[in-house]
Amino acid sequence: MADAVQQSWVPALAGARERAPPRSGLHRFMRRRSTLAFAMCLPLIVIIAGLVAYPALYSIYLSTLNKTQTRFIGLGNFSFLLSRDVFWMVVWQSAIFAITAVLAKALIGLITAHLVNNLPTKGQRKWRGMLLVPWVIPLALSSLGWWWLFDPTHSAFNWLIVLLGGNEIPWLSDPYWARFSVILVNVWYGAPFFLIMYLAALKSVPEQLYEAAAIDGANAWQRFVHITLPMMRNIIAITVLFSLIVTFANFDIVQIMTAGGPRNMTHVFATYAFMLGIRSGDIPLGAAVSLFMFPILAVAAVFILRGVHKRGREIG
Amino acid sequence: MRRQHPTRRHVLKTAALGSAALMTAPYVSGVHAAGTLSLGCWDHWVPGANNTLTKLCNAWGEKNKVEVKIDYITSQGEKDKLTAAAEAQAGTGHDIMSHRDWNIQVHQRVLEPLDEVVNELIKQYGPISPVAEYLARIKGTWRGVPTTVGSQVKPCQSRFDLYQQHCGIDLRDMFPADEAKYDKAKTDKWDWDLYLSSAEQLFKAGNPVGLPMGQTSDAVDWVGALFNSFGVVMVDDKDNIRVDSPETRQALEYLKKLMAVNPSEVYAWDDAGNNRWIISGKGSGIMNPPSSWAVAKRDNPTIAEKIWHHPMPRGPKGRFVGQLPQFYGLWQFSKNKPAAKDLLLHLSRKESVAELVEASSGYDLPSFKSMYDLDTWKKVGPPLGTTFSYPPRGDEVTSIAGRPARPEVGAQIYNQAINTVMVAKFTQGNEKLDSVIKWAASELEGTLRV
Repeated sequence: MADAVQQSWVPALAGARERAPPRSGLHRFMRRRSTLAFAMCLPLIVIIAGLVAYPALYSIYLSTLNKTQTRFIGLGNFSFLLSRDVFWMVVWQSAIFAITAVLAKALIGLITAHLVNNLPTKGQRKWRGMLLVPWVIPLALSSLGWWWLFDPTHSAFNWLIVLLGGNEIPWLSDPYWARFSVILVNVWYGAPFFLIMYLAALKSVPEQLYEAAAIDGANAWQRFVHITLPMMRNIIAITVLFSLIVTFANFDIVQIMTAGGPRNMTHVFATYAFMLGIRSGDIPLGAAVSLFMFPILAVAAVFILRGVHKRGREIG
Repeated sequence: MRRQHPTRRHVLKTAALGSAALMTAPYVSGVHAAGTLSLGCWDHWVPGANNTLTKLCNAWGEKNKVEVKIDYITSQGEKDKLTAAAEAQAGTGHDIMSHRDWNIQVHQRVLEPLDEVVNELIKQYGPISPVAEYLARIKGTWRGVPTTVGSQVKPCQSRFDLYQQHCGIDLRDMFPADEAKYDKAKTDKWDWDLYLSSAEQLFKAGNPVGLPMGQTSDAVDWVGALFNSFGVVMVDDKDNIRVDSPETRQALEYLKKLMAVNPSEVYAWDDAGNNRWIISGKGSGIMNPPSSWAVAKRDNPTIAEKIWHHPMPRGPKGRFVGQLPQFYGLWQFSKNKPAAKDLLLHLSRKESVAELVEASSGYDLPSFKSMYDLDTWKKVGPPLGTTFSYPPRGDEVTSIAGRPARPEVGAQIYNQAINTVMVAKFTQGNEKLDSVIKWAASELEGTLRV
């Protein structure tokens, strides 16, 4: 029986060999463009799987455990958080921090991009370089510098204000001033990113559109509203999305400058998660806090990217 | 053959005998020749203090033919706690790890019992600090050995010249550098009422005391000590929330008056804010270990020579000082446990402790009161004897905010700074007393989550 089977396929194989190209199936598989592309992406996939996907899944797993990580409690940590006043204050503060900072960065970035774009080409590069400095300095370092400027007792800003005849400002000791201070530093750090993105977008707007508008008698504001802004809408949306994600997840600035105080009134998701997870030793609860950012950002991403896609189709 | 089942009485008797044997049996070194031991130790802020620890470890290593490797890990940005959390999760890393304050509680399930080491030390040196026991003896088992390195208390650190000039109080006479000369009639006068009246006078004179009211340990510790001396209990050891009490109201009303004569920026101070306050020469008093005095000695010596360390004020329920011990924990995944235990015992002996205390200029504080007679605290200066009363003397008792709640609950109370946030809400935020207490009760309920 076995011999019969062997005999039946051996000639067929021989025939196939005659018809097939001299290369093996594996070789063909390896030569396929999709295989090659996958192979080249593999290191990146491994890195993302190891450093992004695995930690993300692991934190989801952790957030379903009890405080001592000995028992599965499902969504218990999330329902517990929803019942805490301090957590809702953190949600509110994170939203204020991220939305205010992103709006300010977008506005400053837009204005500065226009100013730089209108500079003579010769001096433009110098200004571009200088304006990018805040973005280039490591954030932990610049936050420390700002903290020294706002130092509760020996603030350099206050020294100057008093010298000019004013009263000292409680930059970090008053909760509302402290919120303002951390937002200010975030804006200072993040505005150059918007500047460079908007500048690139401005440079890609065809000059003919402005010429046509000028012939039609449009003033500067009309040109901005009817030409510049529509041409930049996608880049504005993408930049806002990126910045929203990064700002919502910010840790360094708040941790270095206020550590969430006074009275927990500057905590954002990341610093609150750190306090609960690392300082208090409740890692599952800390993981649950950090995961709360995910649905908020996912919703924002869906809306923004849907708008971008829609406009892309309209242009197409 | 009929099998005999053990009775409950038999089991209890055997366990009691076993425990007694463990308590009384002399410690027998189980260290074997060769092998390696790795330590993740707290990076000391005093220059050169790490070298003494390294020297002690190497000397023990050479004697026992064990290669000792030490990594000094800073507590800046809680890097030491992050490292410990990572090692506990990964199940690999150093053999011995330094754990600050509540970290033994946090990692208790992956830490080796160290009863034989600590019981041997108690046998040799007498009673151990109740705060150390509260933090590291879990369900009757020691999971950490209290270290000398980095352990501290936070008593008063005052400018005796300003207290003399503006308040007519001679702190050096009240708390001389010799415990035998402590006069109860004088020390009893040092209570929270006298502290407040002198703070008001110093504030008027332009040299306020500086008491942090942020959410870091210096603030939590002194408020915790004050709460204890007023008899405030936030959560008791049976999980009852007891923050709504006349004692809490009395303490908060007192703090309203005290915070009014502090600089307004204390609400934003981190653990370095009060140090800078006294070093600058503007402040008249803080509550801190001698680290700020040591820095003043280097950066502003004329101020340093007018600083005196002395016990905390007394309250209706006694005199308490905040204590923050550190511990060495031995991971269960360690491959060389007998050697590790022997090294821990070596580092905890009085001869080693004396060297470590000397290297830190008296900052490091052992957890055994019997070791408070070391020379370092008598001879350090200027002024001579300034740190004598840094270790608790007289009727001063060590305490930690969060106690007497179960340590798991206490850790949450302490690390979320529920006590200082309460005070800040009432004194800075001008919230009503009832609403502050209601808020605290709600937060405390959250800490009881299992």
